[in-house]
Amino acid sequence: MEIFMIYLKVFLTGGIICSIGQILIDKTKLTPARILVIFVTLGTILTAIGIYGPIVEFGAAGATVPISGFGYCLANGVMKEVDAIGFLGIFIGGVKGAAAGIASAVVFGFIASLIAKPTIK
Amino acid sequence: MNSNVNMSNQEYSDFVDTKAKKSNLGKNILLAFVVGGIICSIGQIISDIAMNYGVAKQDATCITTIVLIFLGAFLTALNLYAKIGKFAGAGSIVPITGFSNSIVAPAIEFKTEGYILGLGANMFKVAGPVLVYGITTSVIVGFVYWLIKLFI
Repeated sequence: MEIFMIYLKVFLTGGIICSIGQILIDKTKLTPARILVIFVTLGTILTAIGIYGPIVEFGAAGATVPISGFGYCLANGVMKEVDAIGFLGIFIGGVKGAAAGIASAVVFGFIASLIAKPTIK
Repeated sequence: MNSNVNMSNQEYSDFVDTKAKKSNLGKNILLAFVVGGIICSIGQIISDIAMNYGVAKQDATCITTIVLIFLGAFLTALNLYAKIGKFAGAGSIVPITGFSNSIVAPAIEFKTEGYILGLGANMFKVAGPVLVYGITTSVIVGFVYWLIKLFI
């Protein structure tokens, strides 16, 4: 029963975040690229002011899997690094926090593009 | 068919609107909600499996991100992700798999223009702006956080 509740929260949180994106696409004609940029930026800011953290605690993967979770990694990483090493952390922490996402996106993206055949439209 | 070829821009734009397929907002939101929820649940399953093997929570989140990015990239390479995107809309764009898709899709499209300026450069058509704004925001956040810590 407990595991059901966890997955219900994940599903709800992830679903709601994606629905917000869909409403923005349908109502404002924002392109997917703009949606991604807005969600990352918002995720970073909301984490910094302490709003996204509780959402992650509630929704777990439902909040970390959407691209706003990437912003959560960036903001958490930079604040942790500033705590640890001070001023230099401003430039090191963000990318460090999101390193797994960035490196895997570059490498898997590159390999997948290499093996895929361009489709004829 | 409307045979009037002397329409003003406004008239033409209205004409196009009448011909365009009405998008059903309620249905779109529901589909985005369900598909987004499913992708996040898959992420939670990956994370739970990793933690079952004794991986720390933060590392499990990292592993989840890597696996989902892998899945997004290869589903795009197999031309399957576009099929999901057709009906899922934001449900397939907003999750991290959509970020991965945004890297692979233009890279494949521009592959014919060469491996450096075709494939290599176009990988970052969408991911580039995401990183520019994400990292810049994180530096601003870090700077403000550093300033606040300085005075408290």
